Amino acid sequence: MRKTMTALALAMATATPAMAELVVPNLSYRTGPFAAGGIPYADGFNDYFTLLNERDGGIGGEKVATPECETAYNTEKGVECYEATKGSGALVYNPLSTGITYQLIPKVTADNIPLYTPGYGRTSAANGKVFSNVFNYPANYWDAASVAIKYLLDENGGDLEGKKIALVYHNSAYGKEPIPTLSALAAKHGFELVEIPVDSPGQEQKSQWLQIRRDKPDYVLMWGWGVMNAVAIQEAANIRFPMENFIGVWWSGSENDVLPAGDGANGYKSLAMHGTGMDYPVYADLKQYVYDAGKSSGAGDQVGSVLYSRGMYAALVISEAIRKAQELSGHAAINAAELRDGFEALEITEARMAELGLPNFGQPFASSCEDHGGPGAAMIQQWDASAKTWSLITGFIAPDDEVLTPLVMGDSAAFAAENNIAERCN
Amino acid sequence: MSDQILFAMEVTLNGLMAGVMYSLVALGFVLIFKASGIFNYAQGVLALFAALTLVGFQNGQVPFAHLINAIFGTNLHHFGWHLPAVVAIILTAAVMVLLAMIVEKFVLQHLVNQAPIILFMATIGLAYFLEGLGDIMWGADIKKLDVGLPQGANEAFEAVTDSVFGFGLYIDNLDIVATVVAALLVLSLTLFSQYTKYGRALRAVADDHQAALSVGISLRFIWVLVWSIAGIVALVAGIMWGSKSGVQFSLSLIALKALPVLMLGGFTSIPGAIVGGLIIGMGEKLFEFFAGPLIGGATENWFAYVLALLFLVFRPQGLFGEKIIERV
Repeated sequence: MRKTMTALALAMATATPAMAELVVPNLSYRTGPFAAGGIPYADGFNDYFTLLNERDGGIGGEKVATPECETAYNTEKGVECYEATKGSGALVYNPLSTGITYQLIPKVTADNIPLYTPGYGRTSAANGKVFSNVFNYPANYWDAASVAIKYLLDENGGDLEGKKIALVYHNSAYGKEPIPTLSALAAKHGFELVEIPVDSPGQEQKSQWLQIRRDKPDYVLMWGWGVMNAVAIQEAANIRFPMENFIGVWWSGSENDVLPAGDGANGYKSLAMHGTGMDYPVYADLKQYVYDAGKSSGAGDQVGSVLYSRGMYAALVISEAIRKAQELSGHAAINAAELRDGFEALEITEARMAELGLPNFGQPFASSCEDHGGPGAAMIQQWDASAKTWSLITGFIAPDDEVLTPLVMGDSAAFAAENNIAERCN
Repeated sequence: MSDQILFAMEVTLNGLMAGVMYSLVALGFVLIFKASGIFNYAQGVLALFAALTLVGFQNGQVPFAHLINAIFGTNLHHFGWHLPAVVAIILTAAVMVLLAMIVEKFVLQHLVNQAPIILFMATIGLAYFLEGLGDIMWGADIKKLDVGLPQGANEAFEAVTDSVFGFGLYIDNLDIVATVVAALLVLSLTLFSQYTKYGRALRAVADDHQAALSVGISLRFIWVLVWSIAGIVALVAGIMWGSKSGVQFSLSLIALKALPVLMLGGFTSIPGAIVGGLIIGMGEKLFEFFAGPLIGGATENWFAYVLALLFLVFRPQGLFGEKIIERV
């Protein structure tokens, strides 16, 4: 019996990661209806930390562990993953789900763990005065809505008066996020906003696209995820809606969304909050230390795709926040509270991005106690179906802060009042 | 003719076409339930598995490549061929027959004479197993399915209706193909069950298991046969739905679209699956058209079930289902 117990203890000791590691749980989804989006993101996230471990020996001499927990893009499972992993010394969470984010906000605040939600989650969390532990830089949904409208303003000589813009959205907390912003922008610029919800998962959208065929909007914006995107693009091609007038948010702008529609998707546009493809120096290091060394995450077949790039970008920002936290605290083995401070003091310049092997990949930003949302700029990319590539057709476009700031302040103030949160940073 | 009437006509037509797509999924449920009394929860996953296998064969993808590479340190992904669609479809149909034999051998055979709820539970297990197997075999990335089916607006129909009504009505070419395929499928199944030896055996088992056994019909063979046919029907559904959206794991959720069709049409009637599909498709689309704008849209998923529920209240066995009379 004693021998069995000793063997069991030894086995457990060898199976448990070394306690000195920096633990960054990867709440991923590699199964279920949204796996096609979850896999490349998780792979990019893991591969970047593997690169830091293999090339640099970790961050500040501390290796980074990214234990995965499968959420299947299910909110309940996401919360279970949080509860199951937070005791392992988890430093930060990035659940890649707006639904999970909403559930985790009160939990991470109580546990003083940072929650990093780049380009998704609760938009008004950009207000650091209310949301002490949530960071959503460099851009959020409301920024995306504003950038899309600014782009359309540019396309129409600065005037959208009398235009009709349809919003096809995933009928969920995520899909409904841009509606307040677009409504405010519609009032400001005089365009008509038509809201067209699509129930999850969005496999059947005939009614929605017949409505678009009847209503003849000038532009269609899309807030979709998973199969909804591919079906929408196919249906738009079927009704011969001009693809250059169809713009998706960055979660509706990956290869998964356009490839199933083949040539029909040619000309489709989407927002982009970062670059994509493998034309960045960091890939030489990734090849040497990760891919060729057989240490790729998953099947290793997602490298350079839009969502792989986004997962990698999230890992890069987290690693830079860890560095900042190490610098502030004066030691390498930081805890979650110290990392929160690192996130709040983080600044990433273009020079630093170039140093990291990703020049002109993401926008420079600086966080502060008040501002957890960053500048919110985004680019527009367009799909070339014959070359099967995305091309950036604009530089970074800044959002309309005149409209967004009051919305962020209003929503965060309501949250603060509901939850008895006293404003910080005074 | 007013615009509203023309739009309603277009919505009705497209609703009927969408209903055919739902019926294709519902048919697989009916076949298995009719022959064995099993509500096959795995029918949607069968469609997904069939579509994944078809694309895998077509593109020459190495099954279990990720697993093989991880174990042996190889770098296998593709065989380097691209099979014609017809060959890939035949091979996939063969895989579905093989799968039926495996299901019978390792699951159903061990559950003979068990309560229907146990068999239902077994199909839930089977659904999740097949989903995982499909993932390991072919990967979870989204795949384009192209077997040469036409897609997009039918221009001839659009031109004719435009000249008659002054408004070109929209019908998707893929939906027209689905309608023809569904009609052929129902015709073939009817001919098979009425005029072939095995078809008659299948009907005998559906009527009375014990009596069929007593005249020497092999229940095991019939189960393999009916699961094979359901697998091939799932392949057809997988091709139609996969052509619309690409092949990805939410394809298994098309089963949710078949449930109200079954509730309405009855679990034991092939014509019921077709008529049920048409009513559900048309009903949900017309409701969305008229009531959607008033109540915020996205009504189709729940309204289909409300419609089915209404039918159930007045006709619990469904439109074409057999009335259950138990005498004490």
